[in-house]
Amino acid sequence: MAGQAADSRSSTSKSSMSEFWHGARFGLPVCIAVSPFGLLFGTLAVENGLSVLEAVFMSAFVFGGASQMVGIELFGQKVAPWMIALSIFAVNFRHVLYSAAIGRYLAGWPLARQAFAFFLLTDAQYALAESQIQSGRKLTFARYMGAAVTSYLTWVATTVIGAIFGKLIPDTSAIGVDFLLPIYFLGLVMDFRKRPLWLPVVAVSAVASILAYRFVGSPWHVLLGALAGVALAVILPPSRSGIGAAPAQAVENRA
Amino acid sequence: MSSAFWVILAGALATYLTRIGGHLVISRLERIPPRVEAGLNAVPAAVLTTLVAPAVLTAGPAEWLALIVAGLVALRGGLLSMFIAGAVVLLIARQFMA
Repeated sequence: MAGQAADSRSSTSKSSMSEFWHGARFGLPVCIAVSPFGLLFGTLAVENGLSVLEAVFMSAFVFGGASQMVGIELFGQKVAPWMIALSIFAVNFRHVLYSAAIGRYLAGWPLARQAFAFFLLTDAQYALAESQIQSGRKLTFARYMGAAVTSYLTWVATTVIGAIFGKLIPDTSAIGVDFLLPIYFLGLVMDFRKRPLWLPVVAVSAVASILAYRFVGSPWHVLLGALAGVALAVILPPSRSGIGAAPAQAVENRA
Repeated sequence: MSSAFWVILAGALATYLTRIGGHLVISRLERIPPRVEAGLNAVPAAVLTTLVAPAVLTAGPAEWLALIVAGLVALRGGLLSMFIAGAVVLLIARQFMA
């Protein structure tokens, strides 16, 4: 671990700058797609009785759109404080999967960098990191931060704007901003189409998440649907999953 | 400090726990068993699908058209081009379809 840390430090600041910008460019769709949700969150937070400062504090420290929406919904309903915290935890529980999957690739970084990277590990950030690894590029700290920091700043900034000017924002559904994230996530699903078991995993997760959405409700469909797809990959014999036969991905990443 | 601040802080700590927890559990293992590794490799496609599938089901023709075009562009182009194609189709289709 120490050796790899020294490696990453020896890279010149110029190349880490270009790595950062590469990450930022790759994360640009995320910034565009989350902006309306940041504005919406800021607006709704103030409508539900939070101060502007509290709304911004929530975006800056929780940094998880869906859980923040659930949180302010409960703030508006005078629910017990521990129930609000527990609901935020429940909505965000899916991150355990991301954390387990991505930790392997961050393991060579200094601990403080890892700790910071995990703080910024959202749905989109996880997907971007995995797709960098999938395409055979090295996931550097600068590249990770290029995407993560820009979407973090976008999220916090749009929350501020929404909290202060929320009442002035017209209905945005006519220009389609509410459906940008599904399009973006579809693109990321497609990015992984060369992985072993891609089609069966996608099919099982799609059916399971739709059933869970109908019968259990949001946001549990994310965790339940994902677990169904992951369970399929675990149950099928490892030879079908390309483990052992061609660990190309792991080798590339260590290089 | 208002009580809302403390609730938000507790929610933030709980969230950080979910973001680092999976790694803390997995890194305790000396070697990742093949089946666990297969499961972890399936996480991205599995999770991302759950963020799309229910939205497809509850959407209308304009959204479906946007997803189909974006999906086709994704077969040839990169993420940004498919995203822009989907967004443009959605913008236009919303003007003509309910």
